[in-house]
Amino acid sequence: MKDVDVDCRQRYSRQIMLPGVGVEGQRKIGAASVFIVGAGGLGSAAAYYLCAAGVGKLGVADPDQVELSNLQRQILHNTERLGAAKAFSAAQTLRDLNPEVEVAPRRQRLTVENARELLDGYDLVVDCSDNFHTRHAVNDACVCARRPLIYGAVQGFQGQAMTIVPGEGPCYRCLCPDPPAPEEAPPGWQRGVIGVLPGLIGLVQASEALKLILGRGELLTGRLLLYDMLAMEFSQVRVKRSAGCPACGMVKEVFKK
Amino acid sequence: MGITIKLAGSIALLTGGRDVLESGASNVMGCIDDLEARFSGIKNSLCDDSGNLKGVFNIYVNGENVKYLQGAVTPLEDGDEVSIIPAMAGG
Repeated sequence: MKDVDVDCRQRYSRQIMLPGVGVEGQRKIGAASVFIVGAGGLGSAAAYYLCAAGVGKLGVADPDQVELSNLQRQILHNTERLGAAKAFSAAQTLRDLNPEVEVAPRRQRLTVENARELLDGYDLVVDCSDNFHTRHAVNDACVCARRPLIYGAVQGFQGQAMTIVPGEGPCYRCLCPDPPAPEEAPPGWQRGVIGVLPGLIGLVQASEALKLILGRGELLTGRLLLYDMLAMEFSQVRVKRSAGCPACGMVKEVFKK
Repeated sequence: MGITIKLAGSIALLTGGRDVLESGASNVMGCIDDLEARFSGIKNSLCDDSGNLKGVFNIYVNGENVKYLQGAVTPLEDGDEVSIIPAMAGG
């Protein structure tokens, strides 16, 4: 969004009218860039609503192709696009929804080697990936660059979310120091997830992203949000930044110099 | 006063849905043994055959992951809170 012109005022009118958002808030949203790691269940919900809200630039990375078993929850994709690269399928859906948003698809998996470069220039990152190794790589790159990161994960009927503001609160390695052994934690596709769940957690992540951009509200910093769909209960666990966390320690070293 | 144990997610299924319990244990493994005495089989979900904590759950004492403290032998005092939360990565 280059300016809040007449069309923009209409498109975003329901949020511009909110106290604490207004035209100035909409300009902040339009000037923001957000990188979504993963165009799966979480990423579909987070990216779709951030695009609708008018975030200026959305990066979307995913190395996979659309499969039939994705469509029960990954609403950026559809039956016609089976076999298409998820990153490009996501970009097409997002551009159709809101052509004012610049969408930058990357058909890539984020790794320790490429994460810092791929995330460079973005204001914040929403972690919607589906494995521990990517999550740790994304965390380390964000903590090192002091870039806010919004964590979300789902399994079965349960989900989690936490907002990471490096230097101010715990990071993902404070929460989960190492990936579990592979025999303890089979990949997500073997464990199953109820379709609506990533939608809900992805929208918690998108909500946190908008709060960060607008500078409003209480972030989920140092608070792990837990959602139990069957009990229909939200709860929270306070999490502390650990003195022994290698990622947070790295930041201290970098900023000491 | 004792130790408060909070369970979330799949681990609470093994306690019949009870997600807040009390314990008088003096360290984290003592809490797990306490749970095992009340809910037989739960220790197998939390520890491997050698008695080491499994990575598939994260255990926090007053909000700090025990992997950065003293692991299973992290000492506990009256009033401490132990949270046992599944590590999940699905997206």
